[in-house]
This record gives sequence, C-alpha cells and structure tokens, in this order.
Amino acid sequence: MAKITYREALNQALSEEIQRDKNVILMGEEVAQFKGSYKVSEGMLENFGSDRIIDTPISEAAFSGLAVGAAMMGMRPVVEFMFWSFCYVAFDQIFNNAASVRYMSGGLINVPIVFRGPANGGTNVGATHSHTPENFAANTPGLKVICPATPADAKGMLKSAIRDNDPVCVMENTILYNMQDEVPEDEDFLIPLGKANILKSGNDMTIIAHGKSVHTSLDVAQTLEEKHGVSVEVLDLRSIRPLDVNAIIKSVKKTNRVLLVEENKPFCGVDAQISFIIQEQAFDYLDAPIKRISAIDSPQAYSKALENVQIPAHDRILAKAMELI
Amino acid sequence: MEGLHHDTILEPEQKNLKKDNDISESSDIASINMIDGSVKDFSQTEVNKNLSGEYKVNLYEQMIRIRRFEERSLRSYQQGHIGGFLHLYIGQEAVAVGSVSVLKENDHIITAYRDHGHALAVGMDFDECMAELYGKKTGCSKGKGGSMHFFAPDKNFWGGHGIVGGQTPLGLGIAYALKYNNKKGACLCFMGDGATNQGPFYESLNLASLWNLPVIYIIENNGYSMGTAESRHSAGDPLARRGDAFDIDWSVSNGHDIYEVRQTISDALARAHENSRPSVLEIITYRYRGHSVADPDQTYRSKEEIEEYKSNKDPLNLFREKLLKEKNITEEQVKEIDLKAKGDADASAEFADASPYPDPAELMDDVYWETDNPKEKKSYGTMFFETPS
Amino acid sequence: MATIIEMPKLSDTMTVGTLVKWHKKNGDEVKNGDILAEIETDKATMDLENFDDGTLLEIFVEEGNEVPIGSPLAAVGEEGEEVNISKQKKNHLPVPDVNVVEESSAEEESNDAKEDLTYKVESNLAEKEIIPVDTVEENISLKRILISPLAKKMAQEMNIDISKVTGSGPNGRITKKDILSNSSNSIDENISTGLAQTLPKLVSVNIKDDRVVPVSKMRSIIAKRLLESKNSIPHFYLQKEINATPLKNARIALNLKLSKKSNEDPTKLTLNDIILKACAETILLVPEINTSWEEKGIKFHGGVHLAFGVAVDDGLLTPVVRHADQLGLETLSLEAKSLILKARSKKLTPDEMSGSTFTVTNLGMFGIDFFSGIINPPNAAILSVGGIVQKPIVDSMGNVRSGETMMLGLSCDHRLVDGAVGASFLQLLADTLESPASMLV
Repeated sequence: MAKITYREALNQALSEEIQRDKNVILMGEEVAQFKGSYKVSEGMLENFGSDRIIDTPISEAAFSGLAVGAAMMGMRPVVEFMFWSFCYVAFDQIFNNAASVRYMSGGLINVPIVFRGPANGGTNVGATHSHTPENFAANTPGLKVICPATPADAKGMLKSAIRDNDPVCVMENTILYNMQDEVPEDEDFLIPLGKANILKSGNDMTIIAHGKSVHTSLDVAQTLEEKHGVSVEVLDLRSIRPLDVNAIIKSVKKTNRVLLVEENKPFCGVDAQISFIIQEQAFDYLDAPIKRISAIDSPQAYSKALENVQIPAHDRILAKAMELI
Repeated sequence: MEGLHHDTILEPEQKNLKKDNDISESSDIASINMIDGSVKDFSQTEVNKNLSGEYKVNLYEQMIRIRRFEERSLRSYQQGHIGGFLHLYIGQEAVAVGSVSVLKENDHIITAYRDHGHALAVGMDFDECMAELYGKKTGCSKGKGGSMHFFAPDKNFWGGHGIVGGQTPLGLGIAYALKYNNKKGACLCFMGDGATNQGPFYESLNLASLWNLPVIYIIENNGYSMGTAESRHSAGDPLARRGDAFDIDWSVSNGHDIYEVRQTISDALARAHENSRPSVLEIITYRYRGHSVADPDQTYRSKEEIEEYKSNKDPLNLFREKLLKEKNITEEQVKEIDLKAKGDADASAEFADASPYPDPAELMDDVYWETDNPKEKKSYGTMFFETPS
Repeated sequence: MATIIEMPKLSDTMTVGTLVKWHKKNGDEVKNGDILAEIETDKATMDLENFDDGTLLEIFVEEGNEVPIGSPLAAVGEEGEEVNISKQKKNHLPVPDVNVVEESSAEEESNDAKEDLTYKVESNLAEKEIIPVDTVEENISLKRILISPLAKKMAQEMNIDISKVTGSGPNGRITKKDILSNSSNSIDENISTGLAQTLPKLVSVNIKDDRVVPVSKMRSIIAKRLLESKNSIPHFYLQKEINATPLKNARIALNLKLSKKSNEDPTKLTLNDIILKACAETILLVPEINTSWEEKGIKFHGGVHLAFGVAVDDGLLTPVVRHADQLGLETLSLEAKSLILKARSKKLTPDEMSGSTFTVTNLGMFGIDFFSGIINPPNAAILSVGGIVQKPIVDSMGNVRSGETMMLGLSCDHRLVDGAVGASFLQLLADTLESPASMLV
C-alpha cells in the first residue's frame, strides 16, 4: 500500500468523488488556480476544469449559502473553508439553513453538503484563525461532525461524507496535512462515520481523543507503558456526531480508568459530553474519577511560548495520566 | 410619522432612475408616468395584452383567496390556536400572485418569513398551510416549520426562511444549480426592504453578477423593516439602485398593480433565461398589519396612513374595479369568489383544528436523512443524545 | 346565532389583556374590519378587530378590567337576538370594582408579613449554633470512605466491609485493586463458582436472652414444604467427585470468546450457568430424572424446567429457568442472572418460582465441600454442588499431582428413581462436566 500524506489523501478522496459523481463540486477561496491555500486541491483545476473546481471571492456567507441552495436542488457541493474559523461569518448559512431545512420542511428537502477545512490551533496564527468548532457544530442537530486523525481516515471518511445525504462538517488539521501513512488506493475505500478506532489496545487506562490529540495521546501511551509499566488503550473517536458510544463504554468497562484529551476548549467541549456519557453508562465500572485535558481556556495565543502551553502536549497529558494511577 | 414611503422615493428629480434593458422599457416609463399621476395602462403591455378574461378572473381569485386565508388565520391566532409569530402578507398579494403567474417550468421561488402569499400562489392548499400554522401533523411541514417555514419543492417553492436576508445566498444556489444543469430557468428570491441591509445580500449580488447567475432579487418594499421606516433604515434611494454597484439591472415598480408586477418580472425572467443575468427589482407595496400580528402599529405609522393605502391602492380593489370595467367579471361572481374563499378558509381552520398533533416520537423524524432511512444507513454510532422516552 | 368575541391572543407571549377602551357601545352597528376596542397586552396597546357584520349586542367586560385570553368580551349578532353565554365562559369574567380595594389591603398585609419574616429569619439565626464551614468539611471527610464506584460495587457483591479496607488510590481512595487484595480465598472461590450470592446477614444478638422471632411468610412456606418433602419422600443419596479443571478452563475460554463477540457489555458466564446447562443436557438422556409422583401415575415432564436456589436475606428462593433444554448457554445465563436479580429484589412472580422439574443447589461459594439437598417437590431429584477445592489427585498416568475437584451430590426420590438410574444420571453429568466440549453435540 502506498504511503501518502494526509493532504494527498484528501486530494484523492475529492478527485475520486468528483470523477465519480457529476453533482460533486469543490468550491472555496483559492481552491482552483492557487491550488488550495494548503495545496489540498493541487492539480484538480487542471483535471476537472473550472465548472467543478471553483474559486470564490472572500464571501463565506454567500458561497456557503449558495452551496446549501445548490444542495437543496440535488447537487453535492464540497465547501472548503480556508480555516474553519472563517465559518463564523457564514454561521447562519451552516447552522440555520444547512442544519434545519430538512427538519423545517418536514423531511421534504435534503442538504447533501460537505463543509471542510482545517480547525486547529498550534500554528501561531492567533485567536481568530485557531478555532475548533466541532463542539458547537455537534451541538446542532441536523449536522454531522467528523475529525479524521490519519491519512487513511482522511480519505475514507471524506469520501463517506461526500456520499452522505446529510450535511457533514469535516474538521481537518493543518499540522496533520504533512503526515504520511499507508492509504488504500481503492476508489471505494470508505470508512463509515460514527465508528471509533482503537489505535492501541491496553488494560489499565483508556485515553479517548480526536483529531491531532490522538497522536499526542499515542506518544503519552508509549511513555506510560515503557517508563511506568501502565498498559494504555488509545481510542480515536474519529467522528463526533454520530458518536461511537459503544466503543467508549466498552473500553471504559475494560480498563476502569479514563483520560479524555482534546484540543477543543473545555467549557461544553466535546469531552464534557463524553464524560457525562461515561458516568451515566459506566459509573459502576469507574475505578477513578474521569480526568480530562483540553486546550487552556483563554483565546488562542499567538506566541509560540504561550500556545505550546495552551495546547495539550505530551508532558501535560502524562502528568494528568499519572494522577489516574 | 414618516409618510407614505412609496410617494417619496419615486421622484425622478431626486433619483436619477437607471434605465432598464430595452426589454423592460415599459416598466421604466410607467414609473415616471406615475409621478405625474397619469397611470400607464399595463394591461396592454406585452405579457398582459392577450390574457383571457377567465385567466384574469383566476388571478383575482388567487389574491382574494390569499387574503381570506390570512384573515382566517388571524382569527385562529387570536383564539390561541396558532403559536409564536404570524407575519401576514395582507396588502402585498399582487406581488406574489403576479410574479408566480409569469413563471415557466424551470423557474423557482424562495422567500423570507412572510411566506403565506407565495406558498398559496405556487399552489399549496389551504388545509396543509392552515394545519401547519396550527402545528398539526397534517401541516405541510408536519408541524415542524410553522408560519415562517412553508416548503413545497414539488412546486419549485423552497421556503419560507426565518432569518432576514438568510435566504438570499440560498436563492443564489438554486440559480447556480439551474445553470450547472443547463436548465433554462431562474430563481425568484423575495425579500423585504429590511433585508437589503444584511451583508449576505451584497455578497450574493456580487456573486450573482460575477458568475452570471439567473437569480432575481425581488425587494418587496413595504416601507418598514419591522417598525423602522425606510428613511430611518436605509441610506440611498431607491433600494434597488444598490444593484448598480454590481452592474446588475434593476428597476422600481408598483406592487398594487398586478399587471405591472407581471411585466416587471417577465422582463427580468427574460434577462435570466436569455442572458443568464441577475436582476434586482424593487416592488413598492404595503402591509396593512403589524410586522407580525403580535406587533403594534401605532409606534411608527398612523392609522390614516394605513387607511389611505387601503382606500386608494389596495391591489385587490384596484384589480376588481378593472375587471368590472372590462366586464370580465360580474358583481355576483365577485361575491361568489369571496364566499368560496371564506368558506374554504373556514373549512381549512376546521380541518386544522380536527387534525391530530404530531406524536412526540416524531420529534426525532426529519432531522437526518440517514436516521429516516435506516435500511440505507451507512454510519454507525449514536446520532441523538436525548430522545423522548 | 350571536358571535361571542373573546379576549384575543395579540402577541406570542400574552396571557391576559386589559380592556383599555371600547370604541363601540351596545346597539351599535358593526362591520368586518371595524375596531371595537383597544386592548393592552404585555407588549403594547392593540386594536380589537371585528370580523362579523351585525350589531354589538352586549359588552361583558368594562373598561379598565384585565381578563385572560379566551374570556368573552362582547357579543355581535342580529339586532334583538338573545345572547347565550355558557357558564364556563362566564367564569372567566372579572369581578368588577371590588378588586381594587382587595388589592390595596392585600398589599398592606403582605408588607406586614414581610416584616414578620425578616424578624423570624433573624431570630432563627440567633438560635442556631453556627458551625464554621471548615469543621463541616472535616466531619464529612472523617465519616466518608473514599471508594471508586467500581470498588464499591465489588465490595457489595463480595460482602466486604469497606471500612476495614485500606485504600491505595489518590487521597486514600479504595480501588478495585484494594478490594481484590483484601478478598480471601473463599471470595475468589465465590467469583469462580460464580453465583455471586451474598451470605445471609448474621444479626448479632445477645445469645443469653430468650426470644421468639415471628415466622415470616417465606420461612413458613420453606418449613412446610421441606418437612413434607422429608416426611413423604423416600430419599436416597449419591455422591461423586469430579475433576473441575476442564470446567474452570471452559468457563474462561467461553467468556473470552463472548467478550470478543460482542460490542456491548458481554455476558459473563458463571460456573452455575454451565452446570445448569449440563443438567438440562443430561436430563434429556435420562428422562426418569425429570418426573413427578402423581396420584394418577408417574408424570414424565415434556420440558426441562430447572430450579436453582438463591439465598436471600431471610431465607431461600428457587426461581425456575423454563425450557432450559432449549436455551443456548448465553441465553440461559442471561435468564438465570435476571432471575437472581429479581429474587434479591423480591420481584419474582409466583410463575417464576413454580413449575420446576429438577433443582440445582450450590453452596460452593459459601466454602462447602459436600452436602445432600432435600428434594424440592414435586421434583424427582436435586443436585447439590460443592465448591472447587485444590487437592492432590491421581492423573491418568497414575501420577499424584495438584488438581482441582468438585463434589456433586444427587438426592433422589426412590419412588421415581432407582439407584441405577440415579447413578447413570450422575455419571453422565460428571462426564459432561469433565469434558464440557461434549455439550457441543
């Protein structure tokens, strides 16, 4: 199997789906001629032409809404946000229109749309460009939310999202774009939404994470195992809504201890909901309080010195894990 | 009080009205003629001159039916059968009926929250609409949309949208899809004067012109954005002139004359169908009721103002007079049509009243396509985190 | 018929409205669209519009009064028409004038009451001993034993007194590890034999005092039935020791497989589940065991319905797994678990406690090696299961080594089961338990 980057995996997913279905188009700022602000859509304009790969002005509200309108008519647009942070100026189009039209029309209208782009801090771009809105997208019934953490997941899950008949928010990570791993070349390689993945099996503790924090957690698990003899299970959620509650509960029942790690901000973050679910469904299996690490609760800082502290890093996660033992 | 907005904004001395494309010469002349008080007879323009008497009577009947439906809905609201807000279209009927009457097979419609008129004009029936207002299972959205959110995609009607200006990019998208699929069609995107001050509207105008999209923005200017008069909410007159900044053809016309509405929309449809060009049409109209029926009128306009419009420019009265004069309709027919509309409206209220409320379990239907189609479901995991027990 | 005009809902949040002013009076002619009155709502003063043509026949609410939505305000109809207004509707009508007086006096009263209240609160405070917050917390932490939810549940199941367990977790919290290391061998045994029953609570009383404890209903039934059984049934007893290692291993292997098979909380099989299953299988081979002595003759039962003993606080219950011969091991286990739970919470229905054709009783978890139970009528036999014991055994090669054994006892009704039949049943059962894989066929 070929080793390709997360970025190339996204490109493959988009290209294959655009090739496969005439209704799929990619639209966003700098996606065509510029080849994508993070080069995700490199070569696609040449391959598919300007009808399918569409440069937009800097008008998130208009092109997001346009894509929702087109999706209502049966197209399957993929809208790229240069950063998910920029969706805030298109909030009404995503959170009112895409999410609610099906419901408000009593099921008469579907909105098969994908909103995608990076949603992460850690690159010293300051507060306005570092938002992680997976929690409030998942707080909106009608939207689905996924956070693929590996190149294979990026491909398989984006393809599933494009084929999905509901609006799906795909939250990527600029830091992962260069990550290389094996990715199946199969054009029908699909990873279903809502299926968590045990990346490492263990017995003494479960770390549950999504997005880039999955990789930090794997590093911590290795340290715990090698230096402290603690056997750690690492569960990658992959999908926030739908959520693989069974996988979470099963792992907690097995290890009896759980640490939640996310780069989302803490208040009403994704892991707030997950810890609620664990105490509700696995209370009698907990041998220690649920511990949680999230981004530190200030607006995202610019300075490297501050942001490195803000985002859950190896040592902070390790220290929290040690509290569990 | 601010005075009748539609008298003030049409003065050519102050506003150098842009001349429309050749096709719409007629509407341009009309606007100017209006100022002298000499009203141009739009019944003889291209789109109207060959109409049969029967067709005209049908247009009249549609307007009457919208009004009687809404009057009945107001009573139901006051009796406590209808929740939340009820934004009535009364006074503006000629705009929706006139516009819809010139549409072709591939033309589509989207509007804001004052949507009953458009919904009935595209052919939705009284019962499903009234039942929706009552929040009943038999409503057009199964009681999940309410007054502001009627939809009938089978009739090319895409809602019914609650957020001011929020539908303007959606209309753009409908036009985009039509063009992408090589359909000779356009999207009429209705909005109020207040919506012209929302950002997404300008973003949409820019894209519409830049990408040559067949979208027609129709500003139904009833003079007030909720309780704020146009002179207090908008700089630059007329509102449609804002299209100029994006090289979009625009015009201003009268909404109380259904013939004029028909001609204006027709002209814009021709631009959309033939040249895939957008338009911004400002149609001057008036609403008799509060922004919603829950909102008082006295803070921003006088009863005299409402009365004056009702007596001189009521679109239904004016059209009825014309039809009577043309001998296309008789007094008896007028009464008959009115009685039938009232009767149907009463019957729809009875239907709605007798209809069952949705079952609590239906709360979870229609959220996701996937959960409604479990056999074709591809995803796993928990989709809902709290459901009715 | 006259139309009753009711207080309209004029806003989304309105519940009552005040009639500010009438624009029409009794006897006035009114048309559709006329403004009848002005109503003040929570939002604004709005017009009351008339929808009917006719004469204003009667006004029910005077200016200045507040009434709820739906209350009749006026009637419009043909001149001279009589107005019928239902009693129920009339109840909505406001009580005129008096209201004002009442309101003002009520206000005074409430002021007085407020003063009283303040006084009372103060005096209460003065009387109460004021406890500093720190002390409260200290007291709580002294009393409260920190224990994880999992450890707490395990301690309950194993009947371990948590006040005697030292916690090794953060802040001295008792965790799973502490419970396990605290548990004695007999408790390990308890887990492995699996019924996870609790020992009946022993109430410590001064033994020197004579006392009479009233007999509970359950105890009197136990007494009656067992006395009847022992008096009327000619019991004879068989016993057999089996090698328990294959049985233990089978349980571990089966549980491992179940945990892999299911995403959900997997079923955990107990030894008792496997023994029940083995009995059901063996009974099919020796149907004489599955009989009852009846007046008309010997009844051979068509289904195998297995009763098993569950010790509860003040006695013993024997719930019945119906058609145990037709249940897979997993289903049988689930059924047994649900019955145990119901037995402990006293929620067994009479139906769930009757109709058995054979009974299994197990005292292994209480550290008993061997015993012979009393037959549970109308059964023909009862199987008594002892605990697994580690002891020297002679293996097939004739070598003495450490092994694990279990004693089985079978009490039989000699009217129904002769010695040879009982022996063949016990032998077949022992064979099955020593090679559990035989249950696959």
